[in-house]
Amino acid sequence: MKAFRGLIAKIQEINSRYRAPRIQMSGAVRLSLMALRLYLFALVGLMVYKFVLLVTQG
Amino acid sequence: MNYFSKLYYWLRKAWKAARLYLILAGPGIVVMVADNDAGGITTYAATGAKYGYHLIWFLLILIPVAYYVQEMTVRLGAVTKRGHAEAIFDGFGAFWGWFSLLDLMIVDWLTLVTEFVGMTAALAIFRVPPWITVVAVIVLMAVIVLHGRYWTFEKLALLFCALNLIYIPAAFLVHPSVRDVLEQGLIPNFAGGFNGQLFFFLMANIGTTIAPWMLFFQQSAVVDKGMLEKDIPWGRFDTLLGSFVTVVVAVFIVIVTGTVLSGVDIDSAAQAAAELMKTDRYVGTFLAIGLFDAGLLGAICISLASSWAFGEIFGWAHSLNTKIRQAPWFYATYFFTLVTAGLIVLIPHAPLVLITLFVQVIAVTLLPAALVFLILLLNDRAAVGEYCNTRAQNLIGGFIVVSIVVLSTLYGITVMFPNLIH
Repeated sequence: MKAFRGLIAKIQEINSRYRAPRIQMSGAVRLSLMALRLYLFALVGLMVYKFVLLVTQG
Repeated sequence: MNYFSKLYYWLRKAWKAARLYLILAGPGIVVMVADNDAGGITTYAATGAKYGYHLIWFLLILIPVAYYVQEMTVRLGAVTKRGHAEAIFDGFGAFWGWFSLLDLMIVDWLTLVTEFVGMTAALAIFRVPPWITVVAVIVLMAVIVLHGRYWTFEKLALLFCALNLIYIPAAFLVHPSVRDVLEQGLIPNFAGGFNGQLFFFLMANIGTTIAPWMLFFQQSAVVDKGMLEKDIPWGRFDTLLGSFVTVVVAVFIVIVTGTVLSGVDIDSAAQAAAELMKTDRYVGTFLAIGLFDAGLLGAICISLASSWAFGEIFGWAHSLNTKIRQAPWFYATYFFTLVTAGLIVLIPHAPLVLITLFVQVIAVTLLPAALVFLILLLNDRAAVGEYCNTRAQNLIGGFIVVSIVVLSTLYGITVMFPNLIH
């Protein structure tokens, strides 16, 4: 339990240390990250769809 | 006399440069050759068996692609003295950092399982039971990393890299027609027309040449080795040599299976080795030894990539230059991933084919993300200063990234829905 609490505390510390991105969020950076989000949503969506297909069709 | 003195000084200069390179060589060549892992060997063996020499030209195109991508990690590591995981956390914040770290952890572990599949299959040809292979590999890898020095690890890894060249004499043993190799292999062509299956093979070859863990591994290795900004030219040369060697080895595997197993459907490199045993015992043995070596080298590097990344983020001591007492979490992560991956292979009827499929799909999700972060980080003048990407480097890098994003998305779709493209 103590180790688990320690791990949670460590993750919280990491989250606060890296709360704000250091790179300046220019238009190009924002656009790249937005495109990346869309790409990941699309691909993860496809993976979930495939998983559902696998489960339902056996 | 003047000519001889000039020659003497030139030779002395060349010898000094070669000695300096031998000191600085390592991360680039190790990561590139390790990329010819068990999965890679299977892909190249299957490519040769399916398409003969016809796709050699495509493999050659991958030399500059691999070089341009990996070279960026050399600059980023040498200038910032940070591994790739830490650079992403610092540059883009915790959300993208955790995403990259968890994705890396999953894909590394699954790839590690496939390395064990390759190693056990390779030694099974010599009638070694899988459990002995798994135990022997874990003990061997413990000996390699517990020496407590990055230098020892790197030189041993280079020795395994040299063993990867075993496919070159194997290709000479099958007596391929040099004329056929040159005529069919060097002129760009799509044998049998461009169809879904050919696309699948092209993508598999790209996927085995550039993998997400390679970015994390090389940058962390550059930092652990202690490379400085002045060492960047040597790091570049090391990476170029590595990308050349990895593709040359791939070409020779294609030549072996293209000559002997043309038209045979190959599902694994172990199957190719077993088939080759029937025609030429030595070539089959070479392929099996090469497969084991590839799996071992891949396993060493992949498990380290994860441990380095976790160490960087959690603030644990994370260098091979530290003893186990100084960096317990670093070594614990290393052995945990290694032992659990090894145990999976020993589970009877484990879904190893499904795991291999997952490796491909999850690697697809991380590769474009890792490449986008890499390009953006190399444009952060505040962090990399004069080593920032030039306009030409951005154009080349951007072109590679966009191509890989498009192609790997299509690849991911074809892996998940194989009947979609015919």
